Amino acid sequence: MDTSTRNALCTILLLAVLAAVLYVFQKHGTEYQIRILNNMAIFITLAVSYNLVNGFCGILHLGPNAFITIGAYTSALLTMSPAEKQLSFIIEPLIWPLSVIQVPFAVSLIAGGIAATFFAFLISFPVFRVRGDYLAIVTLGFGEVVRVLCNAMQSLTNGPLGLKGLTPYTTLWWSWGVAVFTVVVITKLVNSSYGRAMKAIREDETAAKAMGVDPFKHLLLAFLVSAFFSGVAGGLLAHLITTISPTLFTFFLTFNLLIIIVVGGLGSTSGAVIAAALFAWGGEALRVVESPMNLGFITIPGIPGMRMVLFSIILMVVILFARRGIMGRSELSWDRLFTALRLQTKA
Amino acid sequence: MNDFFQLDNLVMQFGGLTAVKDFSIIIEPGELVGLIGPNGAGKTTVFNMITGFLTPTSGRVLWQGRDITGWPPHAVTAQGIARTFQNIRLFTDMTVLENVMVSFHHTIRSRFWKAMLGLPSHKREEKRIEKEARAFLEELHLGHLADEKAGSLPYGQQRRLEIARALAARPKLLLLDEPAAGMNPQETMELAKLVREIRDRRRLTVFLIEHDMKFVMGLCERIKVLDYGITIAEGSPSEIQRHPDVIKAYLGEPKHA
Amino acid sequence: MTATILTQQFINGISLGSLYALVAIGYTMVYGILRLINFAHGDLLMVAAYAAIYAVTLLSLPWQISFPLVMILTGLFGILVDRVAYKPLRDAPRISLLISAIGVSFLLENLAIVLIGGVPKGFPRPDIFARVIDLWGLRIQVLTVYTPILTLVLLMGLLYIVHRTKVGKAMRAASKDFETTRLMGINLDRIIAVTFFLGSSLAAAGGIMWAMKYPQVNPFMGVIPGLKAFIAAVLGGIGNIVGAVVGGFVLGLGEILIVALFPQMAQYRDAFAFAVLILVLLFRPTGIMGEPITDKT
Ligand SMILES: Nc1ncnc2c1ncn2[C@@H]1O[C@H](COP(=O)(O)OP(=O)(O)OP(=O)(O)O)[C@@H](O)[C@H]1O
Ligand SMILES: [Mg+2]
Repeated sequence: MDTSTRNALCTILLLAVLAAVLYVFQKHGTEYQIRILNNMAIFITLAVSYNLVNGFCGILHLGPNAFITIGAYTSALLTMSPAEKQLSFIIEPLIWPLSVIQVPFAVSLIAGGIAATFFAFLISFPVFRVRGDYLAIVTLGFGEVVRVLCNAMQSLTNGPLGLKGLTPYTTLWWSWGVAVFTVVVITKLVNSSYGRAMKAIREDETAAKAMGVDPFKHLLLAFLVSAFFSGVAGGLLAHLITTISPTLFTFFLTFNLLIIIVVGGLGSTSGAVIAAALFAWGGEALRVVESPMNLGFITIPGIPGMRMVLFSIILMVVILFARRGIMGRSELSWDRLFTALRLQTKA
Repeated sequence: MNDFFQLDNLVMQFGGLTAVKDFSIIIEPGELVGLIGPNGAGKTTVFNMITGFLTPTSGRVLWQGRDITGWPPHAVTAQGIARTFQNIRLFTDMTVLENVMVSFHHTIRSRFWKAMLGLPSHKREEKRIEKEARAFLEELHLGHLADEKAGSLPYGQQRRLEIARALAARPKLLLLDEPAAGMNPQETMELAKLVREIRDRRRLTVFLIEHDMKFVMGLCERIKVLDYGITIAEGSPSEIQRHPDVIKAYLGEPKHA
Repeated sequence: MTATILTQQFINGISLGSLYALVAIGYTMVYGILRLINFAHGDLLMVAAYAAIYAVTLLSLPWQISFPLVMILTGLFGILVDRVAYKPLRDAPRISLLISAIGVSFLLENLAIVLIGGVPKGFPRPDIFARVIDLWGLRIQVLTVYTPILTLVLLMGLLYIVHRTKVGKAMRAASKDFETTRLMGINLDRIIAVTFFLGSSLAAAGGIMWAMKYPQVNPFMGVIPGLKAFIAAVLGGIGNIVGAVVGGFVLGLGEILIVALFPQMAQYRDAFAFAVLILVLLFRPTGIMGEPITDKT
């Protein structure tokens, strides 16, 4: 059997195992377990697409929360029934034609992705005129602007009240389906000639230009693809949480994604997947430090904010002492796995 | 009127400083031309103006009958002018093969979404690029290093890889900025041989900057001398060596005497 | 809109602008030398404000002593942040440095939540700042008048240090050409420490005045003023101290006057600064007083 057939079979096997696990949890899992699994998938989608820009292109984009927000609102507005919308928008009615449109969930997700991509395109001109710290601030600023707009444009977003009572369409199949698709597509992109051009820009933008790579075009490509998947993930999140408001997806969410991709290793998709899964699980597990603990004879009061302190410390420790994170810039692959196994058996 | 390559009265000012003044040259296909001058004379600035890294204050860059002044660097490269850098600028964390493959990227025809979906037509193109890149490395005697990280190569090899990478962009005109800098005499000699070989085999035109006089005099057919941005001499190696202004400029700069 | 109200708003704008200016100076100084946006700079406002609360309430120091003391302590704290979070990354990729700065910012904010709690605390504003005076028919709080005056005094002091002292000259040299300065044998670590000290103390002054203005303090109080002050620094031309002050005034005045002239824009106020930032970057990336950026290949 040649290696590419073997690898394809292994991948199919892995997906089958994943499907079986999801099936079992969807049927018999507790609400808590299902929530963690959904979070895992959505964080994987978000982290892998965020890493495309920050890890592979080497620029510091701090506005994924903006695209998540745009995706969430778009998708939510499209799945709500006209009657629900009329009930929700009490201060100012929702503008036509959004007020009468209702589409299937899948279509709304894609629409969320497209809306996010569209806004990413709009701001790409000021964003990519600058680099480094400036780019970071401009993208961060965009996140703030989106929040302000969501608050202010009541006839589109229902202002500070947000959108409530969305149908919980997001099942494990949806969240994991999107996650798998995202990982596959972004991996293919990164390993293609386009991905190589992005990495060249990360390594040395001047040299990349001299070799015929147009930085704007490739940064834009990464930025738009990333925004698309962030938008889709936003739609998934909206229909998981079922209530969205302008303050839901703040810079705080971006910060979490940043921790994930730094810990996973900037520029490693497998690293982002591993770290996102750890984060979704660890984030829940760490809730204990914030809730009161009863040890039988004594009750330790929970300390709010402690989780974020821990996360910040983790980020700083990784950046200061283990800058490569879990995976550095390398990837897990079947080839590597089998090579490692072979060495094991030989030894 | 030459319609291969011509620089027409290029001027570059940085604030009050005129780094290059009225620089003109006509280069014929297949020529090997040298550009020399003391440190800070404005040589690299000339290259930067040709390749679009700087937009000249005035003057024109004419290439194959077109005015390409102020075009962005990647567009200039796509038109067939490639360059190397004085201070090596490899993609250090990528392999030697990948470094070269980057230069092929502008020849790729399949769109990004084909790459994302992994369509067969795209895969074929990737295969072609890889094959050509490997052949390329063989030609420059770097084939055995294909899978090494570029940053881990010894200095001389890195210089060579810079040239390979520029050549992989399929230029008709190759600009080399101090290709022999930091090389020992042995390596310098091999480099001169390599440059002449490539020129002959690929029918390339080469315009190079170099401080190593032996290298320039031995390799170039025609030389231009810059001092403080002004062209002070032009001619064959033997003419340049005898030119009084050149001798003065270099004696005033003992570092390169 | 009457002339009185307009004048009143103008004074408010100047006052707000001078707060932005104080904070912007720190950004611009650090950026000038390290080419780093010190994300944690805004949080120093919060650190200083809490420190001032504790100095006045717990230690019962008079404000005349506590406020300068807090400025010095915050200055030292700024040096500490640099030593712990930035210094080890001097030769690392820029992205790491910036991520570290974001990490410090979140750490400070959340440590404040853990240690002090997220509920806003009242700020013990000395009575003399709270007084309202009557100036030609305008009713103005004393603080509003003192803020720009104090800013100008501090600015004069800073400009004196930067232009007249040896360490200040070295600072300017370092911000022009970091590498050469390093080669000339100047002790860069000392220069960087002084830079962080000065910038952080000014942020402390800004933080205390900000806290007096509202008068309350919470763990996230530094975030928005920090971002806006940074924008002011860019607007003025990053790396340029006088530019930062000019940028601060322009931004502060702009924010207040836009809302005053177009009340329906009030809810967009926080987006105004970012719109300014984007316009500046698009049309004059070097800011009002900046030198053109050249990029050597
Ligand atoms: N982007 C720039 N901005 C400002 N000044 C510049 C810039 N590029 C070059 N210069 C100045 O222009 C002059 C010429 O520089 P250039 O790099 O072209 O010299 P060179 O002949 O290549 O020297 P060397 O032999 O040292 O490489 C120098 O004084 C240099 O400082
Ligand atoms: Mg040079």
